[in-house]
Amino acid sequence: MSRLTELKEKLLQYLGDKISSSDIYRNELTITVPREQIKEIATTLRDEFSFQQLMDVCGVDYLSYGISEWETTHASGSGFDRGVTLGKMNDSLTTPRFAVVYHVLSISNNIRLRVKAYVPEDDLVISSVIDVWNSANWFEREAFDLYGILFEGHPDLRRLLTDYGFIGHPFRKDFPLSGEVEVRYDAKQDRVVYEPVVIEPRILVPKVIRQDNRYMSAEEPTVQEANSGEQNNG
Amino acid sequence: MAEFRNYTINFGPQHPAAHGVLRLILEVDGEVIRQADPHIGLLHRATEKLAESKVFNQSIGYMDRLDYVSMMCNEHAYVLAIEKLLGIQAPERAQYIRVLFDEITRILNHLLWLGAHALDNGAMTVFLYAFREREDLIDCYEAVSGARMHATYYRPGGVYRDLPDRMPQYEQTKWRSKKDTKRINEDRQGSLLDFIDAFMQRFPQKIDEYETLLTDNRIWKQRTVDIGVVSSERAMQLGFSGPMLRGSGVAWDLRKKQPYAVYDKLDFSVPIGQKGDCYDRYLVRIEEMRQSVHLANQCIEWLRNNPGPVMLDDHKVTPPSRVNMKEGMEDLIHHFKVYTEGYCPPEGEVYAAVEAPKGEFGIYLVSDGANKPYRMKIRAPGFAHLASLDEMVRGHMIGDLVSILSSQDIVFGEVDR
Repeated sequence: MSRLTELKEKLLQYLGDKISSSDIYRNELTITVPREQIKEIATTLRDEFSFQQLMDVCGVDYLSYGISEWETTHASGSGFDRGVTLGKMNDSLTTPRFAVVYHVLSISNNIRLRVKAYVPEDDLVISSVIDVWNSANWFEREAFDLYGILFEGHPDLRRLLTDYGFIGHPFRKDFPLSGEVEVRYDAKQDRVVYEPVVIEPRILVPKVIRQDNRYMSAEEPTVQEANSGEQNNG
Repeated sequence: MAEFRNYTINFGPQHPAAHGVLRLILEVDGEVIRQADPHIGLLHRATEKLAESKVFNQSIGYMDRLDYVSMMCNEHAYVLAIEKLLGIQAPERAQYIRVLFDEITRILNHLLWLGAHALDNGAMTVFLYAFREREDLIDCYEAVSGARMHATYYRPGGVYRDLPDRMPQYEQTKWRSKKDTKRINEDRQGSLLDFIDAFMQRFPQKIDEYETLLTDNRIWKQRTVDIGVVSSERAMQLGFSGPMLRGSGVAWDLRKKQPYAVYDKLDFSVPIGQKGDCYDRYLVRIEEMRQSVHLANQCIEWLRNNPGPVMLDDHKVTPPSRVNMKEGMEDLIHHFKVYTEGYCPPEGEVYAAVEAPKGEFGIYLVSDGANKPYRMKIRAPGFAHLASLDEMVRGHMIGDLVSILSSQDIVFGEVDR
């Protein structure tokens, strides 16, 4: 704990104006930085704070953040799918739509740090950190493939996980889980054909958001007593 | 004067040494590799996207299918992430069971790796020997969870059930004689712990057996010593973890440095290599198996003497017992809610990592306070290792590529996710 606060203080001192927010949650330190400065900050983290390893880079799409799929006020009577809304998205996001999250690890100091940089939808570009940590190579290719985030300065930004000739960025929240196309072998044409999917998207368990105070402030894990189900049973 | 040009060849995806579905585009000069471009994603199932559409507990089973030779370690990372998000902790007995099964999983993984690695380098026998021992450990999986591979045994708040008091026994069949049945049932007379204990007693001699076949074998050394050397600086730069990092001489093991479960209460040592070649990585993994035996023995000792609950009594997260569910109204409601809607952790994001047999297996969970993860990212060790294949194989022969690839312990379930 104290080591994390210490690191946080030091980071704020050193990078001060470059850090837009810093937060310790569940014993993990997250700093949010502007995307224009990600490369400088990465270099500082590696050279001054000895974060030798970049463990992970990933994209996050905040399009449906905090949107519940099941808003209902009446108890029952209109069947199971009452109130289930499919594909509801947030049209007034307070943050930019995308974020790139870096998980760095210092082997010499035995400490982890999460660095987050928001990237707006209309200008999906962020500098690549491949020169700082070489391991960023495939992680950035993956984030490009799945979210369409462009990493400026990456020498080989190709798709990585999806099929050759794939269209779209499948991990975006507005990309359907079933995909856009399906393939089958067509005996008449003697080749594999692509067609629009026929599966209809559906929700089996709707996404609901409930506030449960028992788990809110659990800095020290405790064994919870099971009390009777009250407001939690919606 | 004829002009010589490098040519490009295709390796895989259907190749016995490609460890599943790896397609490599190799640029070779004679038999020397100038560049390797791995094409992955042939096993991409979008596990992370699938998890976003399911309540937390329904994705545990998907974890088994990531790195499908170290199933329970993947589950461990996932349930740790959920527990961290909820701020709960499993009972101590559950944590010991988790460590015991993590170490069983490590042996399972290293045995498969050893067999496949040896097979890739031309040694057939080790593969058969390794599978002989794997069979017993897979029976342990079956005894606790009912499934031989995809166990889904760890749950947020503990493990699915306590260790069975009786080890299931084989029956005599048309194909299994009475004598054989008696022999394989010899160790299965007592509880599961007795069976694991007996296995851990005899397993060190089996490791000696593998070592007799390989460690000082001249051909083995010619195939592995000085092949695929990675310096410690490069290993860190390339995001290596696990035996790959330790083989390069970096003493880093999450079980020691950032202990989870009860690893801080157990005694074990972390082997490291000197040169960072395939041979060092082999030695590191062999020693890790011995350390796993040591760890498992300590867990067995503790588990024998300390009965107790293996699941939290918090029925917002864990299901109530079947007996209570049939009689109590509260329990019935809890049961229904846990299995239909699940539970809603608070808004926030966590990263939980475990030392899986292949390296750091991490789960990054973003929750917006809903009953499903908003975003889940799986940090698979093999992904970073395979990304550095190009650097590792440059200047080596095609035959060495196979050694290097298998010394990375690649499993495509986790690379492609």
